[in-house]
Amino acid sequence: MIEWLMKPLTYEFMQRGLLASTLVGVLCAVVGCYVVLRGMAFLGDALAHAILPGVALAYLLDGNLLLGALIAAIVVAVLISFFSRQGTIKEDTAIGILFAAALSLGVLLISSIRTYAVDLTHILFGNVLGVSGDDLFITAVLGVVVLGIIALFFREFLVISFDPVLAATLRIRAERFRLLMLILLALTIVVSLQTVGVGLVAAMLVTPGAAAYLLTRRLSSMMIVAALIGAVSSVVGLYLSFYLSVASGAAVVLTATLLFLLAFLCAPARGLLPRWWHTRSTRRTQTRTA
Amino acid sequence: MSEAKKIILDSAEPARLELREVSAGYDGKLVLHDVSFQVPHGARVAVVGPNGAGKSTLFKVLVGLLPIRSGEVLIHGLPLGAHQDCVAYVPQRNDIDWRFPVTVSDVVMMGRFRHLARLQRASIHDRAIVLHCLEQMRIANLAKRSIGELSGGQQQRVFLARALAQEPHILLMDEPFTGVDAATQEATLALLDDLQAQHVTAMISTHDLNLTASRFEHVLLLNHQVVAYGLVSEVFTPQTLGQAFSGQVLMLPNGMALVDECCPPAEHEAKVI
Repeated sequence: MIEWLMKPLTYEFMQRGLLASTLVGVLCAVVGCYVVLRGMAFLGDALAHAILPGVALAYLLDGNLLLGALIAAIVVAVLISFFSRQGTIKEDTAIGILFAAALSLGVLLISSIRTYAVDLTHILFGNVLGVSGDDLFITAVLGVVVLGIIALFFREFLVISFDPVLAATLRIRAERFRLLMLILLALTIVVSLQTVGVGLVAAMLVTPGAAAYLLTRRLSSMMIVAALIGAVSSVVGLYLSFYLSVASGAAVVLTATLLFLLAFLCAPARGLLPRWWHTRSTRRTQTRTA
Repeated sequence: MSEAKKIILDSAEPARLELREVSAGYDGKLVLHDVSFQVPHGARVAVVGPNGAGKSTLFKVLVGLLPIRSGEVLIHGLPLGAHQDCVAYVPQRNDIDWRFPVTVSDVVMMGRFRHLARLQRASIHDRAIVLHCLEQMRIANLAKRSIGELSGGQQQRVFLARALAQEPHILLMDEPFTGVDAATQEATLALLDDLQAQHVTAMISTHDLNLTASRFEHVLLLNHQVVAYGLVSEVFTPQTLGQAFSGQVLMLPNGMALVDECCPPAEHEAKVI
């Protein structure tokens, strides 16, 4: 058993991969708590796809792919809040329009690239085992920055998410914190691209948070449990990928999905089975007393 | 305007809250026109008026949720926003996500956020205040429950406890007596008595003229403008009530006024004072 666990760690790419995916798992899960609570899942998915033109452009110009992705994500995030703030169209409509437009632009640009682009497929599907030392460093720095900001403004984010009216009476600038949240989300998505890729980022954002929501009743504990689920999914997924020779991103996401299903069925207060058991037993006592 | 409008609260105390010709509204529609009045230190004022008279709008202006078109609001003689946390507001309906993962004591602790240092845990003092506010609203036993598990009246009391935890100088409550159980109504009234003892200024909007007459000294009669303002006995005259509620009031020969509030859909009630 020990040998089974230790064997992957003898490879340097597995060490880096495990570190990177654990970092990303924790980061996505914590930011994802707000995504789940504020109903931003669609936005998260849209932002992930919207980075495509930025990546393609950076590739064409021989620039840094991560930087291109980050700029594209922030531009789209700001555009979405601009279009929906005018009040003429709803936010999800604005997201739908911009998401499709950005994705199309990305596809257009990529189709103009003749050579087979390995780097681009890595952005699309993630390649955690190809993470370099520099990548790991950038991931760690950005991860610490995002988590630090969330800790620093924990109370502000809590109030603007839970009760905007109180936020106004406490003179918290909700618009600014909303934009900050969008930027943190964009950063998280870009950092995650290497491990799970564009297609699966949304799952890493939403699934651990949703599972943790079922298991806890306070935001701080929800974040801790989500981070744990994110980290465990990353590690387990990577081991599965190593031994079964399957795509790492998909293995990580499916592990997280499995944990969510477990929580959905068995969570003490909100799970399906305990609730079913509760209604059944109360019905029994009712019939017995009757 | 009418004679009634000239009734001004007479008090030697300096005004804690003053409005000078305040106008406000939504988009193109002006809801409050030239509203001017002063609330002295520690007074308890009922805000009464027909539906759509601008009672909620007035409160939103006072907490800075709605910008003022013209005029000014002064608190302790300083313009709105100069004080960070001296006005607490309990809205009529909380448009919040009731499934949000917060416990009752978490919600009340939010009232202390302005007093807490960044990245620091709440002090023993803050915890003691939260516990005291929960006890005052008789919900200390619910402290660890999720906010979504509570009944409507209990939820209302949580938000009152939070307003209390803010240690406000001015407390605004929008229709706290509408659609709540008797226990919550009693707890709210007891709270108002306590606040008055602590010289907290309170403004409470209500439909209940009976309750206003029996439990409040001062009343602001509002119908887009200040119709009358002063002691209940001076304001509640057939003339001013008729003016405020226009067609909705029926004068009975023995001096009683019957206010028919037909405007809210599915709500048809008559109140006698």
